[in-house]
This record gives sequence, C-alpha cells and structure tokens, in this order.
Amino acid sequence: MNTILTTILIITGITTTLALLLTLANTYIADYGERKIRINKDKEFIVEGGNTLLSSLIENEIYLPSACGGKGSCGYCKCAINEGGGPVLPTELSYLTEDDMKNNVRLSCQVKVKADMEIQIAEDLLNVKQFEAIVEKTEDLTSTIKLLRLKITDGQEIEFKAGQYVQLLAPPYPGSPDEVFRAYSIASSPNNKGYIDLIIGYVPDGLLTTYVHKHLSEGDEILFNGPFGDFYLQDCEEDAILVAVGTGMAPIRSILFEMLNKKIDRNTIFFFGAKTPEDLFLLDEMTMFEKELPRFKFVPTLSRAPEESQWKGEEGRVTDAMMKFLEKKEGREAYLCGSAPMIDSTVKTLVERAFADNKIYYDKFD
Amino acid sequence: MENVNPFVILFASIFTSNMILANFLGMCSFIAVSKEIKTSLGLGQAVTFVLTGTTIINYLVYHHVLVPFGLEYLRFIVFIITIAAFVQLVEMVVERYLPNLYYSLGIFLPLITVNCAILGVSLFMVIRDYTFIQSVAFGFGSGLGWLLAILAMSGIRQKIKKAPIPKGLEGAGITLFITGLMALAFIGFSGIVQIQ
Repeated sequence: MNTILTTILIITGITTTLALLLTLANTYIADYGERKIRINKDKEFIVEGGNTLLSSLIENEIYLPSACGGKGSCGYCKCAINEGGGPVLPTELSYLTEDDMKNNVRLSCQVKVKADMEIQIAEDLLNVKQFEAIVEKTEDLTSTIKLLRLKITDGQEIEFKAGQYVQLLAPPYPGSPDEVFRAYSIASSPNNKGYIDLIIGYVPDGLLTTYVHKHLSEGDEILFNGPFGDFYLQDCEEDAILVAVGTGMAPIRSILFEMLNKKIDRNTIFFFGAKTPEDLFLLDEMTMFEKELPRFKFVPTLSRAPEESQWKGEEGRVTDAMMKFLEKKEGREAYLCGSAPMIDSTVKTLVERAFADNKIYYDKFD
Repeated sequence: MENVNPFVILFASIFTSNMILANFLGMCSFIAVSKEIKTSLGLGQAVTFVLTGTTIINYLVYHHVLVPFGLEYLRFIVFIITIAAFVQLVEMVVERYLPNLYYSLGIFLPLITVNCAILGVSLFMVIRDYTFIQSVAFGFGSGLGWLLAILAMSGIRQKIKKAPIPKGLEGAGITLFITGLMALAFIGFSGIVQIQ
C-alpha cells in the first residue's frame, strides 16, 4: 500500500514540477508581447506575438489558403514578408522556389510573429471572407460521394469565379480532436451568391470527409472561407476540353453553369472518368447542358465496366477516350480536375494532341 | 564502475561504443536527416546538447528522488517525462534568447524528443552504475559519437548522390547498408578500450 502511495506521490510531484516549469516558461519566456503587422503598406493591426503568422492573420479575418491547416505540408499559405520574418527555416526550404526566395516569399504557417512585420498579400486574398452557413441539402450522388448545399446565413454574399475553391472547417469531433480545414472546389453556379454546392467523396480515415459523411446532417451549422485559386474559366473563344474523374466533377460543373449563364457558345467536350456505371452521377444535368449548350458534348468513360452491365459508352481511362475523340490541332484550351497521376497523364496526352502548355489549366488534388 | 576514468568513457562512447554504430539507437532521425552535411551538423549538435543535459538531469532525479524512495522501477516513465519537458524548455529558451542558434538548431529539437539514443544513454548510465562525472562524460561522448556518425553518413550520402544505386535500394536501404559497413569499420577501434 505504501509503495503505491509513494509511487503516485513521486510521479505526481515530478510531473507537477515539470508542468509548472513549462507553464512559467510559456508565460514569461514565450511571451513576445504585442506586435504590429502591416499588410501591403496599407492595413495595419496589432497581434499577440509568439503565434504563427498564419494564425495571426486568421484571427484578423485574413484567410490565406492552407489545405493542411497550418501543418507545413501543403505549401499554399505563402506570402511575402519584407520585414521582420527572420531567416528562412529549414522546414520551409522544400516549398520555396528560387523566385520565392528572391521575393521574400515565406510559408506563413512556419514563421512566428516575434517582431513587427511588413508583409505583402495578393489583393484577391484580402477579399477572402469567412462565411457562416447551414447545410441546406445533402444528397448521395454515389455510395461514396455526396453533394452538399451550404446556405450562407450571416447575410454575406459569395463572389467567385467558376472553378475556384473554398476551405471547409470541421470542428473537433470524436476521433478528430482538432479543428481541420480542407479545400473543396465549388460545384455551383457563380450566379448563386447565397449558397454553394460542394461534391465530397468519402476517404477512409480522412478527417474532413469522415466528418461530412458520418457526422454532418441537414440543418447543421458549418463554417467555410474563400474563394481561393487561380483555376477558373478563362475569357476565350477557343474550343475547350474539360476532363474530370470522380469528385473532380465539382469545378467543371461550376464552369458549365457559367457557360450556360453567359450563353458561351464554344465547342466544348467533357470527358468524365469513373470505374463502374454506379460511379457515374449528375447524368440528368449533363443531358440538360448538352441540350442548352449547342456545341457541348459529354463523354462518360468507364475503366472497369462489368460485362453484365451492357455499357455502351466509352471504356478504359479518360486518356484513352481523349485519344479517340481529339485530333491533332492547335488553338484549344483544357480544364482538368482530378488526382495528381490522372492530371499528369492527361497533360501528357493533351500535349501529344498539340495543346499548348500554357493553355492547360488544372486543379490537382491528393 | 568507479574505477573507470571519465576520459576513457568519453573516448569509448565516441568510438568503440558509439550509440548508432555499436548500439543502433537513434536510427530513425539518423536515416531521415543524413541527406545533407549542414542539416546533419545541426541535428548532431542538438542531439549532443540534449543528451548531455538530459543525462545530468536524469542522473540527479534517479539518484536523489527515485533511489531514496526505492522507486527505481519508475525510471522508464520518469526519464521519458524529463526528456520531453527538458526539450520543450530548451526550445523555448533558445527560440527567445538565441535566435541565430534557433534557426540552425532549434528546428531539430522537437525531433530529438523521440530519439531513442537519448533514453538509451540515461538507461545505460543506470545499468552501468556510473558516477555523476562518468555520466556526464558518457552523455557528452555519446552525443559526439552520434554527431560523428551522422556527419560521416551525410558525407558518404552526398558523395553517392549520383552513384548508380539499384532502384529498390535508394534512400533508407542503401543508408542501412552503409551503416552496417561503417559499424564494421568502427569495430577496428574496439581493441583500444571497452566499456560494456
């Protein structure tokens, strides 16, 4: 009995002493006081020193894209720090190009605010806002893909370009102790400023997809910020090729709505890849687009169509279907959305079909 | 082990009982961070500093708190807690008061918390019944030995960057092979002195 008591007392004593030491150090050593951040030589605000630049900006409602939520693994939250950033950290090196280094570009999630700072952020990003919304509708598009309609409830309106994305915030839930931000392309029409649609696939153990698929239901409140991204429909007359696989459908759907809204009459062909007939979705809408847009064609392609399914459409990967449909010709644009390997192989095929590198726009996701 | 000169322990822990090459402790960071000499030097220095510091603290905690109460069996958990707290504390101090050191070394400190060599040295110190001075020599020497091994490895890895290594052996595979060869080379020192 004595041994048990002594053990508990000693362990408690040691841990309490260490915790006390750490708390004191955190209060006195890690306290950097109030610091000033000046953005684009214009806006200025005071923040609590010692936090990362990314979180200090978020506190002041400036949202840099950060798909990993500030863990230093996505490399999106870049901004130029002209003063007060200190030397580049080894953790930033692999995400910074030579041009970035020359222009004082840093990863805002790695740099801590310890001195007054002078930073530069693209004007577009200063327009990024945080929105409060409720889940107005959830619809199962396939067994693993959901369409989510988020209605903005805080009186704001969202202005975005077809193809851009937002960051959705999952609050802590059983199995995920921290808040997580993840990026999703907007799937709805830019004309609808009161809500956005998202198409979200279930990824086993994915923190946000698990939240959306297993915990979120209609009527729930949710936060998102945006819009972000430079993948959007360009103002151009040339023929367009759209390519997507699975949830890559989202930005393409938004682009098609935009073409419909603005009555853009371009020769457009959309190659959509799935595995089996059950993985195809929004087919009615595609038929509608084909009717309303005179020169639009939808080509679904199945990579694993079962023999008994009597599938009469294209088979194989999307790149196979593209080889069949596209002749070698210059002066065309391409918009691609999907996984990295899919984008890489599609770009290769398009270049073989005489597409110019700078006319291939894509949104790559992991 | 009262009769062993601390300098002998220092020498032996660098060469003949090297933490990596004789005990294979601290391998994960050794393999992951030995790609470039500059980062290896930073990590090696940080390991040396933390090893010396934690060996001293763990010696004091063990002999002045655990032994008097007969709680030696708690050494695993207590050593781990001490190491974690020490690393956190050092990181905060270095970040605040030694910014230049922080940029070159501080970034590696959190990585060191989970380095098995740190816990290994504190446990060896107890098993071999070292005195305080011997423990300090052992901790410092083990750190220098780890630094020497990772520097040598990063030098070799930089040299073989363009070598035609079979695809499946690239990265960790070839590093383990080289570590094995280095360990064989270090056996050459073993005739000089032994502390095990």
